[in-house]
This record gives sequence, structure tokens and C-alpha cells, in this order.
Amino acid sequence: MGKLAVNIPWSGGEFRLNNPVLAASGTFGYGVEFASYGPLEALGGLVTKGLSLRPMPGNPMPRIAETPCGMLNSIGLQNCGLERFMREYLPRLPRNGPKIIANIYARNLADFSELAATLSRAPGVAALEVNISCPNVEAGGLLFGQEARAAAGVTAAVKKFSGDLPVLVKLTPNVTDITEIARACADAGADMLSCINTLSGMGVDVRSRRFLLARRIGGLSGAAVKPVALRCVWQVAQAVSIPVIGVGGIYTAEDILEFILVGAWAVQIGTANFSRPDRIFALPAELSALMDELDIASCAAFRGTLA
Amino acid sequence: MPQMHLCSVRALVPLGEGEKRGFFSLLLEGCGLPDWTPGQFVMLRPESWSRELPWARPFSIGRWDGNGLEIFFQVVGRGTSLLAGLRPGESVRIFGPLGQGFAREENKPVLLLAGGMGIAPFAGYIPRRAGAPNLRLCFGHRAPLACYPYAALAGNCLSEHFPDERPGDLPSFLRRMEELLAGNAREEGLVLACGPVPFLRAVRDLSLKHGARTQISLENRMACGLGVCLGCVVKPLMDDKGRNRSRQPVPPALEQGLPVPVCSCGPVFWADAVELDA
Repeated sequence: MGKLAVNIPWSGGEFRLNNPVLAASGTFGYGVEFASYGPLEALGGLVTKGLSLRPMPGNPMPRIAETPCGMLNSIGLQNCGLERFMREYLPRLPRNGPKIIANIYARNLADFSELAATLSRAPGVAALEVNISCPNVEAGGLLFGQEARAAAGVTAAVKKFSGDLPVLVKLTPNVTDITEIARACADAGADMLSCINTLSGMGVDVRSRRFLLARRIGGLSGAAVKPVALRCVWQVAQAVSIPVIGVGGIYTAEDILEFILVGAWAVQIGTANFSRPDRIFALPAELSALMDELDIASCAAFRGTLA
Repeated sequence: MPQMHLCSVRALVPLGEGEKRGFFSLLLEGCGLPDWTPGQFVMLRPESWSRELPWARPFSIGRWDGNGLEIFFQVVGRGTSLLAGLRPGESVRIFGPLGQGFAREENKPVLLLAGGMGIAPFAGYIPRRAGAPNLRLCFGHRAPLACYPYAALAGNCLSEHFPDERPGDLPSFLRRMEELLAGNAREEGLVLACGPVPFLRAVRDLSLKHGARTQISLENRMACGLGVCLGCVVKPLMDDKGRNRSRQPVPPALEQGLPVPVCSCGPVFWADAVELDA
């Protein structure tokens, strides 16, 4: 499937994917949980559950709610912590084939730097994805990703300690102008941008008169957000020269081509993994078949060719 | 290993007095024949469901043999309402068997405590121990008895049921549960319970009071069923030395202090190992 291969240029060379299908952070665990539903080798890569320096217990329950064409979550970034990931999960992931991208988050720049420094030396980690949709404790709790200077600060801090690894920054759509944040991250040295994280949302129950989530406000994902993601990817791809990875509501090969058409180099599959855990493994072959049908010679030939 | 199976509806049978009560048995065929343990569950999603309902739905395995997979459900929301409209021949995807089932202590007296649709996993448990002299079922229910798979089970164990229709019904059910539970504890047996959380709390409290060894099966809302979304978690009960407070051996995940997914670490837990009061 040579036509599916994607060579993403970055300052350190080329980030080579066997195909443009990646699993999105938070929907694919640490990778190993899906192994009985398909070969991880079939994927272009996978992005781990967000990792923090120390284990995090996450938010109170309830944390999830199904909504029409989507879901709300407020997990609160529960994770096993960097050390246990390196010890228990990373050694079980395949070394050849899918790129293992470690998603990281922290509440201050020192922790971001330490995460980057440790993971940049971890065998098997191919890239870092920075979650900037988390509160910046040093700046009164505003999200890093909602303010251009803070977003640039995190990007630079991670970049400084990321060694030979490319750094992806995952943008939040919950901003007035996503291109402003995108430019700030690109100028600060980001190698790629992932668009988008979840949309801020809420649900209530008229019978119990309660919020659906204990934290009241959560993040919306799933098919419902795809038009927003597509718009963001298109805008960001116009605004910056670094490669963009599309994420948000992608279920099918046709969805993938839509994101490539508006300028994405690769895509991440998220909430769709919950409908059918085996689905993602079939997407590269389905994408290949659809490209044949539409006479698309390669992902590169189709990227950004919107009329 | 859990696997994906594409199966089809053999029959959807309303239980009780017709469909209006919303209790059903769903029999699927073509689902393979894996090894499974009573207390485990499957995630189920009809092929006809669009992206409008992104999640599969979890159901206890009632029976899974050469004749297919049987689950029991009650209509409680959007998903189960749609399941109630399934027709024979329709395609349904399931993945499983998932999670950790009940302990299998063949030689111990076993007391099964079920509240409402919490009887479902025992439909899978009782036939595996049919005729065992010391297997007992105590069942509390609000809907008429025929809405539940009770009659078929009652013949295979010592069984009694308690309708909850009038004030006073619930206290007498609880009294009887306590008697049975205390007796089971004296014989150093095993108690297995499934039902709504307030019911499980009562079972947990009685178990602590009498020193019974009790496992409970939780039914938290789930999205993935695989332990990755962390939407269905429950907190382990830890002591001040950072160890799980259960008097029974617990899996390593319950010793780490972080909330654990009910789908992959449960749905069955020792009653003294997890927090039910949050």
C-alpha cells in the first residue's frame, strides 16, 4: 500500500507513516488494550492516553454521557503516570511499523519539560503530542491553549527538551481564532499541529434536574464535531506552513479523504473506536480502495487540492 | 481473548405481560462459542445503528452455548428502546466476553442475591452449578416475576423471591437477606450480588456486619468496554498504608489507588474492595 505512505517533513527530517491513520489520544488507552481486535501494525501510528509526570486520579463520576452523534467527557486526564507507562506499557508496543506518539500534559512548564526530556530518551517513542487544553496553574488557571503566548511558551519548553523527536501540539477549538494560536505554536517551534481537541459542552437531565457530568462542563467529541474539525484544519493549514493532523468525528475512509482534501497530512480516529474497536484496523485498506475508486494516486497528490 | 462477532437476532421475546413493560430476552446466533465466566459481559451494538448512537451497550451474559448468546434487558433509555425494536435476522455486533466474572468456588455454599434485572448474570451462573446442594437464590423485584428469567433458574437451586409492591415488602426482603447472609458467613461460603447500587450498598453493609465473603457486580455506564475511556471507573478502598482494604486477594490494579474501570477490572469486585458511596 505504497500510495498510503506519508512522509511528513519536519525540521529533523521526515516523519514517515505507513499510512495516515492514527489512533487519537484518550480513545485507545496505551495501545495494548486493542490488540485482540486487530494488528497494531496496520495503523500508521497511535497516540497514547495523556501522560502526566505522576499518576492522576481524574474527576468525580459521572464522567461521560452519550449525546446525539457524539459524547461528552470530563475524565480529568486520569492516567497511570509517566513511570508506569514506560515500565509496563511501552515495552509491549510494536517497535516497527506504527509510530508511537506520547501525548503529554502538565500544569506548569517545568513538568512539561521533564516529560519531554524523559520521553525523548524512551526507546520506541517516535513523537510527542502536547495537550495544551489544560489549566496553566502559573497563570491563574486559564488554559495554555487559549492564549497565544502561553501556547507558545509550552511549545518552546517542550521543544527545548524533545531531543530528536518531532513535537505535535494539539489545539483546542474553544478559542476565538484558532489560527492565532496555531501561528504562535508554529513560531515557537512546533513541528506539527493536531486539530482539534474536544469542544466545550454540557448536558442536563430534566427529570433529575442534574448535570450529566459531575464537573458540569465537558468536552464534546464524535461525529457531531466533524464539521468544526474540518473548518479548523482548513483554516490552520492555510495559516501555517507546518503539517496539520486532522482529528474530530472521523469514522470512514471518506471522512479521512475530506480531511486530506482540506490540507491534513494524516488523521486521528477517536470516538469511533468506542463504536467498534476493530474498525480502525480496517480503515487503511478501505482508504486505499476508495482512493482507487476516485483515481487518487497518493495522499500527497490529493492533499489540499480543494477546488 | 475477547473478540468481535457479527451475529444475527434469532429471537426477541418480551418477558412478562407483553411488550409494554419493556423486559426482554434477546437471543443471538452466529456469535462463536468462546470460554466465558458467569459475571462477564458483552458490548452489543446493532449494525443498523448510525453514528447517532456512538456507544455499544454492555449486557451480562445470560447464556452462551451452541444455541447462541442470550441476554436479558429492560428498557431504560435510548439504546434499550431501540433494542426493543430489533427483528429476527437483523445483524448485531458484539464484542466479548469482557471483564472479570464471579469467583468459582465449587465446593462452598453460594448465596446469590439479586435485585431486579441484577438477576441477569445469575442466569449464566446457576446452570453451571445446577443441582449443587448449597446453591441458593434470593431475589427482590418490583415488576411482576414473569418479567425476569426467574422461573427457569428457580428449579436449579433453592430459591425465594420478594416482590417490592407495598411498604413493608422491602424490610422483609432485607431481613431475609440478612438471615441468609449470616448463615452463609457462618459456613464460610461465598455471596454473589447484582442489582442497583442502593441494594449493593445494603448487601455490602450486611456482609461487613456478618463477616460474609461477598462479591458484587457493578453496572456503571460504559462507553468503550475495554478499559480505555475511563468513563465507568470506581474508586478502590485503600487503607492508610496505601493498600487495598479488602480482606480478599485483589488484582494489582486495585492496589494502585487510582480509580479502576468497571469494564476491565470488574464488573465483579469484592464488596469490601471498592467505594460504593461516592
